[in-house]
Amino acid sequence: MEATSTIAGRFGAYGGRYVPETLVAALDELEHAYAEAQADPDFHLKLDELLRDFAGRPTPLYFAARLTERLGGAKIYLKREDLLHTGAHKINNCLGQGLLALRMGKQRIIAETGAGQHGVATASVCALFGLECVVYMGEEDMLRQELNVYRMRMLGAEVRSVSSGSRTLKDAISEAMRDWVTNVRTTHYLLGSALGAHPYPTMVRDFHRVIGREARQQIIEKENRLPTAIIACVGGGSNAIGAFYEFIPDKDVQLIGVEAGGRGAQLGEHAARFSGGAPGVLQGTYSYVLQDENGQIALTHSVSAGLDYASIGPEHAALHDSGRAEYTSVTDAEALEATLLLARTEGIIPALESAHAVAECAKRAPKMSGSDLVIVSVSGRGDKDMGILARELKLSGAK
Amino acid sequence: MPIRFAEKPGLVAYFTVGDPDLATTHAIALAAIDAGADVIELGVPFSDPLADGPVIQRASERALRHGTSLRDVLNLAATLRAERPHAGLIVFTYYNPILRFGLEEFCAAAEQAGVDGVLVTDMIVEEASEYLQALHRHHLAPVFLAAPTSPDERLARIAAVSRGFIYAISRVGITGAQKSLTADAEQLVRRLRRFTQLPIAVGFGISTPEHFAAVGEFADAAVIGSALVATIEQAGPKEAPDAIARLIEGLRRGSRETAAPAR
Repeated sequence: MEATSTIAGRFGAYGGRYVPETLVAALDELEHAYAEAQADPDFHLKLDELLRDFAGRPTPLYFAARLTERLGGAKIYLKREDLLHTGAHKINNCLGQGLLALRMGKQRIIAETGAGQHGVATASVCALFGLECVVYMGEEDMLRQELNVYRMRMLGAEVRSVSSGSRTLKDAISEAMRDWVTNVRTTHYLLGSALGAHPYPTMVRDFHRVIGREARQQIIEKENRLPTAIIACVGGGSNAIGAFYEFIPDKDVQLIGVEAGGRGAQLGEHAARFSGGAPGVLQGTYSYVLQDENGQIALTHSVSAGLDYASIGPEHAALHDSGRAEYTSVTDAEALEATLLLARTEGIIPALESAHAVAECAKRAPKMSGSDLVIVSVSGRGDKDMGILARELKLSGAK
Repeated sequence: MPIRFAEKPGLVAYFTVGDPDLATTHAIALAAIDAGADVIELGVPFSDPLADGPVIQRASERALRHGTSLRDVLNLAATLRAERPHAGLIVFTYYNPILRFGLEEFCAAAEQAGVDGVLVTDMIVEEASEYLQALHRHHLAPVFLAAPTSPDERLARIAAVSRGFIYAISRVGITGAQKSLTADAEQLVRRLRRFTQLPIAVGFGISTPEHFAAVGEFADAAVIGSALVATIEQAGPKEAPDAIARLIEGLRRGSRETAAPAR
């Protein structure tokens, strides 16, 4: 059974559109503009050109020889989304939606950001296209991803701090939605993950499909066969769905999503939606949601701001239920350790989000055989995390 | 009990249940009904109220601090139903608390409590088929929102599935008081009127006797929400019922005075 049907924005039972009525016309407009753009060769030409010349695609599929040797099992390849302009895969989607905003004649862009990578990518695209840019970011995230706040401001964006709730990604999305409801006639909401109301989960996934499309071609060129497994971290799930999507029909390829296990299994201490959550509606979509017995959304925790979210993209919920993809979690400590591992074996400092995928790879690869191939999506680079890494790994004065 | 507006304009009063505590909400609701509110919207506090402005966000936080649940809201509804049989009672909520409770279980419990209708902020007609079936099975009126941005074809669909009344949003934006009403509201009511005989209540941003009277010129009822919630916040639990009664009586009196001379 294929769990990826997109009829009316549904992925199996999940997805849909649960929003205030005021937003429906704008979502319809966006859905329409997106369908038109999809059918327009000029749109694709322009987007491909920007992805190549501005963002730096294609990204390499890099054979991590020393990591492979260290782990002593499967052969490990890294899909290097961290090498993209602005530092993460997020730019793929921002360029796509930015072009759509131009087509719709919207001069003002709003966005939410957790780790700041989506905010920086949005701010860059707005600078490039001459659009006004407002980014909502939780207070807690502004503190822990301070460098990205400066980058956004440098690029001309206004960063608005959000002090409600857990002061993280979820609250930034709510605040962005409040802005959108108020300014819907002039503003495009450039949502940064495969989340939210239809058509966002489908559209954002499509803009990231390039990750898996390239990886599939690259692994065939290098190894003349498909990989055993693809591993990607899952916050909202945009890099994971982008990496997985082209491989969904290849039944023998394992798709492995890694959630944030945080500090432990207790509600509030992690962002592992599949092990700790239940189906529900949050911020426009029906998916797995971390919540209490009264349907109130739970607080979450992760060392990685980009994975620190109470719900998950609805297509992942469908892939989970159908068994086509497998979801697991790694803890803060394991992610930090994996950051160090990749830095010291390969000279690559991954984002803390991506480090969750590296950590899962480090658990699995040793149990696999030398003929197995694993692709790890390194969705972003760790420059933004140096403050956290310095503190957590005690880098000042360390060897 | 059908929803009825005895006097035009009708008055729909929104409260966040449990703000600041359940006993106060109970006293406030009684005071509001006795002061002339036709319908009470019992707001279910939600952790992520993305359609609400700061006033109702703060009220939700206060109510959640001591764990106000959908069950508490239904218990309050049952009490109010017994004490004031004629008042309209609407449960006003985001969808997730209902999903967690169980849609069917919620509708059964709401019917049992004597609730008249349900308004789910993030439920739109396209997603509503199961929801509507469950409400119909339990004789609950589905109240939907209509927005200034809704094109006519959507208004027709909203009108077709609504019962009780239709809630017309006065302007684009989140909940919260404002200084003046925009032309959006009147235009929306005029467009909506072509598709429905149901009463139309206008809400979002109505806070003064002037607004209330102005809405009465073109709609059947006005919803007062953030203005009441802000009054509760300022008055504190002891004074809140009296303050709410005075505010509602003031709206009623103001509109009678304004309504007398033709515009």
